[in-house]
Amino acid sequence: MSALMKEAPRLVRTQPLMELSGLSKSYGDVRALDDVSARVYPGEVLGIVGESGSGKSTLLRMMNLEESPDTGSYRLDLPELPEDLFALDRFERRMLRARRIGIVYQNPHLGLLMKHSSSGNVAERLLVAGERRFAVLREKAQVALEASEFPIPRMDAPPIELSGGMQQRVQLAKAIALEPAVLLLDEPTTGLDVSVQALVLDTLKRLQQERRITMVLVSHDLGVIRTMADRVMVMRHGRVIEEGLADQVFQDPQHNYTQQLVHAKL
Amino acid sequence: MSLSELTGRWKAFSYGFLDPSAKRELRRKMIKAVAVPGCQMPYASREVPIARGWGTGGLQVTLTLVKPASVVKVIDQGADDSVNAASIRRFLSRVSGASETWDTLDATLIQSRHRIPEERLSRDQILILQVPNPEPLRGVEPNMSTARQMHADADYGRMWLQLYEQMVRSGRVMLGASYPAMVNGRHVMTPSPIPRWDVKKLHMAEHLTILSAGREKRIFAVPPHTRVEPLVFDDVPYKVEDHANLTCARSGVTGYFMNEIPQEDGSAGYEVSDSHFGIKAIDARDGGTPTVGQTWYKNGELA
Ligand SMILES: Nc1ncnc2c1ncn2[C@@H]1O[C@H](COP(=O)(O)OP(=O)(O)OP(=O)(O)O)[C@@H](O)[C@H]1O
Ligand SMILES: [Mg+2]
Repeated sequence: MSALMKEAPRLVRTQPLMELSGLSKSYGDVRALDDVSARVYPGEVLGIVGESGSGKSTLLRMMNLEESPDTGSYRLDLPELPEDLFALDRFERRMLRARRIGIVYQNPHLGLLMKHSSSGNVAERLLVAGERRFAVLREKAQVALEASEFPIPRMDAPPIELSGGMQQRVQLAKAIALEPAVLLLDEPTTGLDVSVQALVLDTLKRLQQERRITMVLVSHDLGVIRTMADRVMVMRHGRVIEEGLADQVFQDPQHNYTQQLVHAKL
Repeated sequence: MSLSELTGRWKAFSYGFLDPSAKRELRRKMIKAVAVPGCQMPYASREVPIARGWGTGGLQVTLTLVKPASVVKVIDQGADDSVNAASIRRFLSRVSGASETWDTLDATLIQSRHRIPEERLSRDQILILQVPNPEPLRGVEPNMSTARQMHADADYGRMWLQLYEQMVRSGRVMLGASYPAMVNGRHVMTPSPIPRWDVKKLHMAEHLTILSAGREKRIFAVPPHTRVEPLVFDDVPYKVEDHANLTCARSGVTGYFMNEIPQEDGSAGYEVSDSHFGIKAIDARDGGTPTVGQTWYKNGELA
């Protein structure tokens, strides 16, 4: 089953859901992204690995339309969107983000209002998308929190009073509250206790299997990528140096750097 | 040929205390404010001979609009006879030659702190509301330039979230005065600290309302026939203050916004907050025939 699923993107020649082409971005002298292209197919998990500073988060921020590149384009295969999403203005980006893109940050402070209720954090997403019925907000927030395996009796507690793992579940609930077309995960389990990390990964895996949510998962932990990803992209110095099916990349890494990475891990 | 032959006889170039350039700026900002209902327009607030925080914003607008033919009414929490209301009203008439009134129906300009009169305003009247805190987003976004960006983007998710949080914590929306309202479906404004009772009077009104904050240097407006919709969840109806069944101890009227008067025995008595409306009611009870206008509320319900 899982082998079949992993093969699916290659066997079924579907259109990519997400296509980023030729992205470059510099911050002063730092070239954070250097001609990066990436495709994500419907229902797959794309893992992005690479050392610190290799540009992973920058790429994810672009996927989330938080930032624009110096050059490059971004296409999402959804109705009524322009050929290049970077042409959208701030308002349109916010709407698209609210409705179609979910994100979980490593640092919960980036994704959550720590002093508002957890359910409110999830509800905010629905409010931005235009939901105005209080009962529906409650209901949908609860459903999303349940799907993230968050303990419902605590749904109105503020994230600041919750453990790191619970905070990530709130972020996850917020991200999936509107059934996003793609879920972006930037080191969602880094910094968590190993056992907690495993539980959060289980939740992600379950969600992936049940709903076939398309995911882009950034991590510098090869173990995490290996358990989760169908395909893998290896980044270094703002470039993609290797790309392929996860099994291939892990069993038979082509690039020297990837070989070192994989062997150091195994 | 002498200079005096070439020019007219000298007379005061402007009246109404403010210099012409201040008035011109205010006029322009008012026009902008009318053009984009509910959007806050910055202006260079001038010194006027009352202290900031006592209605300087409203006063500057009134001074700009007033002319000798104007009839001005000034109220403070509904009362024409409070010290502040009386001195602002006298100041206005002294510097402009405008006449003064307590009667809502006679006024062309009504400057108000915290209330809208109970008698309906007409298209020939302008209501000027004094606003202490013009920014509805302040509570959710302390950074003013970010807040302005949020208005520009109609980014009101946080505002709604605040209402959600109040519902979760206390089962109702805990906002009394200054209840945020969406103007013309686009900008959220804080309608000055008028009670929830009065916010409804702004919706699709006949008259023009100008709201001005002197200390914060912002003007915004609700033009006639403009939607003003309090932010409420679809399934949690907007509630005005529970005054519909209260009776004024002095005038005997029921169904209007009341001031609560603490009694010696610890209970509460009530007096109608719109003081001149109360005076008319007393007059009518005592056999007089005052002209009472149509009221926004009838039997405690919005008509
Ligand atoms: N907003 C910014 N301003 C300046 N430099 C930035 C900014 N964002 C990223 N950079 C730089 O761009 C490079 C790539 O950063 P990025 O955060 O994408 O790396 P990363 O792969 O996510 O690293 P990590 O594993 O540490 O999270 C780094 O050198 C970083 O310092
Ligand atoms: Mg990063």
